[in-house]
Amino acid sequence: MIYQGKQKIWADYQKEIPDNHWFYVRSCIRQNFFPASEKYFLAICRDQLGRDIYESEHHTTCAGIAYHCDTIPQETAMTVVARQFALMTEAGYENLVTSCITSFGNYTEILETWRQFPELEEKVREHLWKACRREFKKPKYVAHASDLMYKLRGEIAERAHFQLVHRATGEPLRIVEHIGCHYSKMFPHKGVGGAEYPCVLSGMAESWGGRVIDYPERRHCCGFGFRQYFVKANRGYSLSNTHKKFESMEPYRPDAIITNCPGCPYFLDRWQYVISEMEGKTYGQNGYGIPVLTYEELAGLVLGVDPWNLGLQVHQVAVEPLLDKIGIPYDPARKYLGMDEKKIMTPGLPTSLKCF
Amino acid sequence: MVNRNPVIAVIGAGIAGLEAARQLADLGYSPVLIEKEPAVGGHVAQWNRLFPDMTPAAEVIDALKKQTAKIRTLLGTEIASINRLKDGFSLVLTDGTSLLCQAVLFATGFQLFNAAKKEEYGYGIYDRVITNRDLEAWFNTRKDMRIKQPEAVGFVHCVGSRDLKAGNTQCSKVCCITAIKQAIEIKEEFPDAEVYCFYMDLRLFGKKYEDFYIKAQRDYGIHFIRGRVSEVGEAIDGRVVVKAEDTLNGKPVKVTLDLLVLMAGIVCNPDAQHYARQVGVSVDDDGFLKSRDNIAAITESSRPGVFFAGACTGAKTIPETLAEARSAALNIHHYFNKRK
Amino acid sequence: MDFGFKRSPSSAVNLDTVDHARYDRLVQLEPDALTCIGCGSCSATCTAAPWSGMSVRKVILGLQRGRDDEVDRMLSRCMLCGKCTMVCPRGINTRHLILTLCRLDRKGEVVR
Repeated sequence: MIYQGKQKIWADYQKEIPDNHWFYVRSCIRQNFFPASEKYFLAICRDQLGRDIYESEHHTTCAGIAYHCDTIPQETAMTVVARQFALMTEAGYENLVTSCITSFGNYTEILETWRQFPELEEKVREHLWKACRREFKKPKYVAHASDLMYKLRGEIAERAHFQLVHRATGEPLRIVEHIGCHYSKMFPHKGVGGAEYPCVLSGMAESWGGRVIDYPERRHCCGFGFRQYFVKANRGYSLSNTHKKFESMEPYRPDAIITNCPGCPYFLDRWQYVISEMEGKTYGQNGYGIPVLTYEELAGLVLGVDPWNLGLQVHQVAVEPLLDKIGIPYDPARKYLGMDEKKIMTPGLPTSLKCF
Repeated sequence: MVNRNPVIAVIGAGIAGLEAARQLADLGYSPVLIEKEPAVGGHVAQWNRLFPDMTPAAEVIDALKKQTAKIRTLLGTEIASINRLKDGFSLVLTDGTSLLCQAVLFATGFQLFNAAKKEEYGYGIYDRVITNRDLEAWFNTRKDMRIKQPEAVGFVHCVGSRDLKAGNTQCSKVCCITAIKQAIEIKEEFPDAEVYCFYMDLRLFGKKYEDFYIKAQRDYGIHFIRGRVSEVGEAIDGRVVVKAEDTLNGKPVKVTLDLLVLMAGIVCNPDAQHYARQVGVSVDDDGFLKSRDNIAAITESSRPGVFFAGACTGAKTIPETLAEARSAALNIHHYFNKRK
Repeated sequence: MDFGFKRSPSSAVNLDTVDHARYDRLVQLEPDALTCIGCGSCSATCTAAPWSGMSVRKVILGLQRGRDDEVDRMLSRCMLCGKCTMVCPRGINTRHLILTLCRLDRKGEVVR
């Protein structure tokens, strides 16, 4: 692979990401799947790196799930988004940063639609006024939280306690990066690195010492499309998508997968369990799976946050082998102790996928 | 003003320029060849063998070079500015000299589409992806690290042609026959290799082109898959994994190859557009220079004294280019006669 | 454990692994089959096609893409009328091709 070729494409697709003063909107589901990711995004950007990231307690979903599941018409989704913009305007911010990648795609799509059809924007302004007497200004810049962390990756690397390097051999860890489909497949120029070779996650992994793997099914969707998996009978398609990716990445023996979408790590993590139950196959070393992390969890690990505070105990695939490789200390006894040191329930163990 | 020995500026010393200059010199005029590269011959000079008879390109170029040896040729020289005068044109060249002439012949040719723009094919990213130009160069020099005893080779037709998103909706005319020619040459070189051609339509319009197709299928067992390549990835051993749609089968197809050749298309030469505007000649909406009439006067422009030959007005084959070059020379001859 | 759904196999045909022994044998015995361009003249003129879906074009392609069940089904419906042979622009003796295929088993061995 000619690395300079990729660098040239990355140079063509660089975004001018503003450095400070962001209005943060959360994801509907990330706090269930990855409890501490959003918390640590804010903790790292605010406390450690001194940035101004504001969130309003009045903000809601972006209605992306409902929109993509066809349960609400587009105008309703646009009005919900308009209210988010109104909250942002009232708080005095111009830059919007989203936690969820489908959100990012949703906001980008809506702004682009309004640009091409200004009459629709006018109509939505009317709807918003009638619904809740709010007015809004369009954000000057919309970014995804991973874009922001990509911009700050150098500062994180400076403060890092750990490197993504195998402690015993000194080799950089092999990292698979998986980008959410809504990030740049729709609007290639809105993604850092474009659609074919996005570098938002590989940039982070490389700054923190890892080596990124390019495998044939890298660009393939993980199958977390709402229409695909919402109906149980359809879930086989989602599973098949992820299975295809695992089969393709297996020869490279990756040490971890990092993603920037709410759904992708969820599926990449949980389907490893389902595949092991259905077919007895695991993709990690020695019967373990390949640990899947969000970029906030990875940033947290690299900055020395306790793995159990990062919510890694909620992951299906055991992260302990990865922690051992990097040399991050953790207390196995504290894994299932909650915030107030009281024991939360211990999960049952799968039949063939090795977990702790 | 009657000029006893009119001077014609021939912009470009590829085959169109060389052949036109030869004709003009035979007719008694003084053509001046202006070539930006350090050598004459243009694109054809870099090719190996030409369809339909597998004529060595070097033969064609050497013949032209011999016939134009005595013609004033300025190599490594570009045009800094070109202006129309009352009875001719004045050119200022990048070597500092100026040239007064009575007619201008555009033989500026084409540019090959930059295959790196089709990012999904990975040209410049993955080691085993090359273009038709790279392959032709390898046939000449046998020096290319990327080509090493391939067991499976693929050709992707229409890279940068018939593609709105790539900025060129036109067909580049000669790539289909070139792909088949190169596929046959690869099979001759590596007889045990599996060769696949991924095409949208096969445009084999010329003399004996269809025979190439029949030969490729029957004598060489080359596989033709009708469908676009969607993406190229890299397997762990460095080979490329190609995914395409197989439209005749109605399902996607996937194959691992040792070498993928992208048939980069013919697009307009931006320098030609720049000079054309300076002499008041229009550029057609496909980016190529606009002839006075696409049927009856393809070598004439809409302004007196400016003529065209070859690929500057659109994709051309070599015999067409040579015919146009001669025709343009004759047009110029008539133009001067009328002015007497 | 029954999850209520199953993994679906990919519909993509993997040319690295598809078994084309029968096709290879066919073109050994009937080399002109290599020159098929998929024009569909045969299918268009086929007497049996409106009722059976027989298509020589699909047979030739199906052998190369692993659609053996479909190929066998189509072959069994051919009436050997020879109209496809009359119209093939590449001059393939399609009737001979069909008869040859009927003599081969799935592995390409001559059994009849």
